[in-house]
Amino acid sequence: MATPLFARMPSGGGAASLGDYRKAGGYLGLASARETGPVAVGEAVKKAGLRGRGGAGFPTAMKWAAVPPPDGGPRYLVVNADEKEPGTMKDRFLMEGDPHQLIEGIAIAALAIDARVAYIYLRREYGLCARELEKAIGEAASLGLLGDLQIHLHLGAGRYLCGEETGLLNAIEGKRATPRNKPPFPQVSGLWGRPTVVNNVETLCNLPHIAREGADWFKSLSSSNDGGTKVYGASGWVAKPGLWELPLGATAAEIVDRAGGMSAGRTLRAFLPGGASTDFLPAGKLDVKMDFDSVAAAGSRLGTGTMIVLDDRTCPVGMVLSLERFFARESCGWCTPCREGIPWVTRCLEALEAGEGDMSDIEILEDHAKALAPGRTFCAFAPGAMEPLASALKLFREDFVDHATGKGCRYR
Amino acid sequence: MSTASIFVDGKRYAIEGAETKNLLEACLSLGLDLPYFCWHPAMHSVGACRQCAVKLFKDEADTRGRLAMACMTPVVEGLRASIEDSEAKAFRAGVIEWLMVNHPHDCPICDEGGECHLQDMTVMTGHVRRRYRFDKREHRSQDLGPFIAHEMNRCIQCYRCVRFYRDYAGGEDFDVQGWHDSVFFGRAEDGALESPFSGNLCEVCPTGVFTDKTQAAHPSRKWDLHTSPSVCPHCGLGCSTIPGERYGELKRVRPRYNVDVNGYFICDRGRFGQAFADSKDRLRDCLARAPSGQAPASREAALEAARAALGGAASVGIGSARASVETNFALRRLVGPERFFLAVPDEEFALYARMRRILEAAGRRAASPLEAEGADAVLVLGEDVWNSAPILALRLRQASRNSPNETAMRDKRIPAWDDAALRQAVQDRPGPFFVASPGPSPLDESAEVSYRAAPDDIARLGHAVAALVDPSFAEPEGLGEAQSALAQRIASALMRAKRPLVVSGSGLGSAATIEAAAAVLAALSATGQDARICLVFPEANSLGATMLAAGGLESASRALAAGAVAAGGRTALIVAEADLSRSAAGRSLMAEASASIVLDHCSSETTRAADIVLPSATILEGSGTFISLEGRAQRFFALRKGETPVQDAWRWLDELGADPGRDLDGIDAAIAGELGGLAAITRAAPASAFRLVGRKVARGAQRESGRTSMHANVDTRDPNPAVDPDSSLAYSMEGPREAPPPLLPRYWAPGWNSDQAINKFQMEVGKALRGGEIGARVFPTETDRGALREAAGGAGGKAAPPAFSRRPDALLILPRSRVFGSEELSARAPAIAARIPEPRLFLSMADARRLGLEDGSLAEISFPGDEGESRPRGAALSLRVELSDLPEGVATLPWGFPSLPGPALAAWASVRPDAKEGG
Repeated sequence: MATPLFARMPSGGGAASLGDYRKAGGYLGLASARETGPVAVGEAVKKAGLRGRGGAGFPTAMKWAAVPPPDGGPRYLVVNADEKEPGTMKDRFLMEGDPHQLIEGIAIAALAIDARVAYIYLRREYGLCARELEKAIGEAASLGLLGDLQIHLHLGAGRYLCGEETGLLNAIEGKRATPRNKPPFPQVSGLWGRPTVVNNVETLCNLPHIAREGADWFKSLSSSNDGGTKVYGASGWVAKPGLWELPLGATAAEIVDRAGGMSAGRTLRAFLPGGASTDFLPAGKLDVKMDFDSVAAAGSRLGTGTMIVLDDRTCPVGMVLSLERFFARESCGWCTPCREGIPWVTRCLEALEAGEGDMSDIEILEDHAKALAPGRTFCAFAPGAMEPLASALKLFREDFVDHATGKGCRYR
Repeated sequence: MSTASIFVDGKRYAIEGAETKNLLEACLSLGLDLPYFCWHPAMHSVGACRQCAVKLFKDEADTRGRLAMACMTPVVEGLRASIEDSEAKAFRAGVIEWLMVNHPHDCPICDEGGECHLQDMTVMTGHVRRRYRFDKREHRSQDLGPFIAHEMNRCIQCYRCVRFYRDYAGGEDFDVQGWHDSVFFGRAEDGALESPFSGNLCEVCPTGVFTDKTQAAHPSRKWDLHTSPSVCPHCGLGCSTIPGERYGELKRVRPRYNVDVNGYFICDRGRFGQAFADSKDRLRDCLARAPSGQAPASREAALEAARAALGGAASVGIGSARASVETNFALRRLVGPERFFLAVPDEEFALYARMRRILEAAGRRAASPLEAEGADAVLVLGEDVWNSAPILALRLRQASRNSPNETAMRDKRIPAWDDAALRQAVQDRPGPFFVASPGPSPLDESAEVSYRAAPDDIARLGHAVAALVDPSFAEPEGLGEAQSALAQRIASALMRAKRPLVVSGSGLGSAATIEAAAAVLAALSATGQDARICLVFPEANSLGATMLAAGGLESASRALAAGAVAAGGRTALIVAEADLSRSAAGRSLMAEASASIVLDHCSSETTRAADIVLPSATILEGSGTFISLEGRAQRFFALRKGETPVQDAWRWLDELGADPGRDLDGIDAAIAGELGGLAAITRAAPASAFRLVGRKVARGAQRESGRTSMHANVDTRDPNPAVDPDSSLAYSMEGPREAPPPLLPRYWAPGWNSDQAINKFQMEVGKALRGGEIGARVFPTETDRGALREAAGGAGGKAAPPAFSRRPDALLILPRSRVFGSEELSARAPAIAARIPEPRLFLSMADARRLGLEDGSLAEISFPGDEGESRPRGAALSLRVELSDLPEGVATLPWGFPSLPGPALAAWASVRPDAKEGG
């Protein structure tokens, strides 16, 4: 089974060196992209069926195609390396293990959209990534591999909303990291009002391989309608939490298998397939194929592809509370439903957990799960925050009712 | 402009200019009630509060629809929306419920109560029961200085304050801090808000976070106020205001929406300055000189004494730029046109007269403030607009912010109302906006280029621009390379523009810069562009008084001396609402007259030196007309009845003269009849005979409480309302609520108790009021290009002055206007007085170094010769130095301060370290 993203990572840890990377065909993809030119790169990526790996799964080539033709002014490629989705550490693994793979991907994407400047917006806590990327950029630049492309590494100051692509652009500009209304999309009015594409780390890491090995090869890696492999992860009470590169479309059960199954004495009850802001799927849906369309059909989202499992000895109300506390804290405070609604949700959950809640709290939770819907809030953050809550209210209703009717938390 | 048919709740509406509108604006303009918070008609949409949710349907067949925010929905042909949809209504009520999570239940003790937009919107959505049962978040509120009270716990995070303060008004000491449900709007630390527009936070804030601190000690509900349509008396711009009173006391001043002049806003000088009318300085009695000094006299005795002083004496009348047209006219009539002068030195009067001639020649090209905001290229020559006419500066700032939007709207298809997206696309890049001034001001932030130069060099730049636009204008000789390049850049920007604007004024005391502005306008007026000019006069009626007066103070002295012989040496001076001690020429005139009669409302050195003092009405008790700097005659109507003997100065003068008993309409008819140039004055507002359904417009709100018990301590019988012969406004709560714009005393509509009720009075939100404009322009509409060229210094002649040359032994001291301090009346208001900075000598770094001075050190300033006499209280001043971005050889000094009145004219002075320091 091909694992193009992980292949060069040293088995004992540490980063693949520039030498290792080039020995394995590194920067040949960039060379070939330069030869074929931006249009061909865009077509190959389209044909390869590459969809964005940041969570939304938007087709990468389509995102690029929305960039208007050059007008002589600057255009930017921005790398979203602000990995903050709870349960997600895939981009960190890619940057720490094979930084040149990302640098080459950046160069290819910049070529495709005719950008001469790229920014990597990196989560500040990722210190090792910063050092590896800094080194890799220096090496690539000193060997002239980047041509006239400038890559700036920008360390974020730490807010979840900085991972939202328009909030991220505001953060680079030194503004509050509140999201922007769309349209205009970043491709038209992005960083400093100029055409900008924001791509996720994992997305970009696929580009060297598409450029070198071709779209058909990339497509063949997948066992879904879309192309490529996917970095999957599992956390929670699994025996061996971790990350694995598998064909896109591997089943959730397969991923749990890779994790060595559940920890001793625990049974899987449900799972969040793609990070904190996706709907719970029950254990009965473990055979779902983990690709964008299949997970959506099952009633959730692939998200980042890094699942968090809920076992039978963990309180679902407590788990949702922990997630909502995170979301309440990370709301940017811009729109009313999110700013006021999620803290209210959190307080209701706290009351339920403390045995001080009643059925009216469940009613308020249900109201919020409905009201904080896409289009009603300013951005997708609050609807995402409601996904685990809404699905938990359906799947684990008896647990909520027990908490609300004085029976207390049976998991303590 | 395209028209779109849209459907709201099944009803079809035609929306004109659809491409520039969002659905919220369209609904409000249609008179439909849709609640909102973060949207503001002057600041447009950002989509933050989510309050204006409506249901949108794809087509007729779509019954499910989807919720969307009306403020972020473009109006397009065939749009189908529902406000009444049950899901939309429930969501809007839910938004209020969320806002109420942290909003306190303190309406009864909140100064905003009864005119709170949040209250109105809460009632509108029908939300009544709060389900939230947990603790509320708490903030520590700040001390924001003497103007604004801060109560952050009431905040609903609509972000309008920060968008107004920073984006719209350019303030930097206020921002949004924090995140999630703990967002804080304030300063980094306690301290007075620096922006001169901070008072607008009172209305910009939809609830009681920012309230008027000056009324906090004696608050009154909006519904208990008597209000009247008024005009700000504190600068030459003529912003419309609504002062409010209760128990005869001024409670507050609010902006009165005037699309042409001030729009939604007023500055802090205008808002907080009118408290002068209730200050300790008020004159409430007639005074007459007795052997023991001034003593109260009966009104009859004072009038008799005044008549005796005037009888047989050679008299001159001194009018004032802060007195109404009517008062100046009545005095002019009393003493005769050739003996009526303005209370400024001749040199300053000459500046005003020149500006008046330019505006008259400019015709319709004399820009209204609205037209100034619409300019797409601006050249400011010399005038410090930020300090001398703050609201004009605010509008010019918008001109600079908005002109780059056109490109973004076209190239990126961003609608005009999508404020955040436009700001993002434009990235704070200023439009083609050029400021040439000796010193810095916050308007520099709006400029593409700020050019620091002495007045003569600024004038040369202006003439160079004129010569580039129209080669028949002479190019100044010996122009430097940098100056030529700048002139080139400005000229091409002005020529590229569709609506170029040139701005100047009397603030520098420089005729040359004003002439240069006229030259630029004259050159541009032949290009087919919609070119305009703004000239800033310092006071509320500077232009109106200039149109009546024969000259300034030195001329008055000569006229007095010329008449004295024939009158056997008996001379009389009659002064209407001016403090002559503010200039040397005025002080000597006062000393020359053998008798002086002074009419004023506040005591001054002049009233204290007078033989007879007649107490006049302030703008709050009087009625009359000011001519604003664009030539707009605007009427102000009394807010409250003056207590006898206080009355309009023009009434006193009419009584002394031949027209006793004349009312406002009578004197205005006489003005229009006698002075063709002021014929428009009768059109400024409806006459006092105007009635709506047979009744006068009510000054009181219909819910006024305690009306019958207010005076119960005096008399338990309900007193008859006072009679107002001068307007069709009644001192009563009874009468119609709607009125033509010049008469509108308040904005209120059912369900709309806050100032946002203004939506219900406009033809379209943000546009003109229904029922016509406020005021009438006095100038002809035609542009007289020949006269303009003449005013600019003559065609082909050597119009431009020689380049400024420094003197080795002296600095050119220029007047520096300050929002707080440079205007006589507002400086008497306690809150304003607290904000007047200590006067400083502003020096360039180079001059300071040469003179052995540094920032904060004490300097002695001596005015040699005549110029020394023009300075008050001795020829030498001792002031601290503040380093400033000024050209070498030029220094500035605040003028008009209570502690440093001085004339608004340039003078050479020697400056050296003060010997007193250092010991």
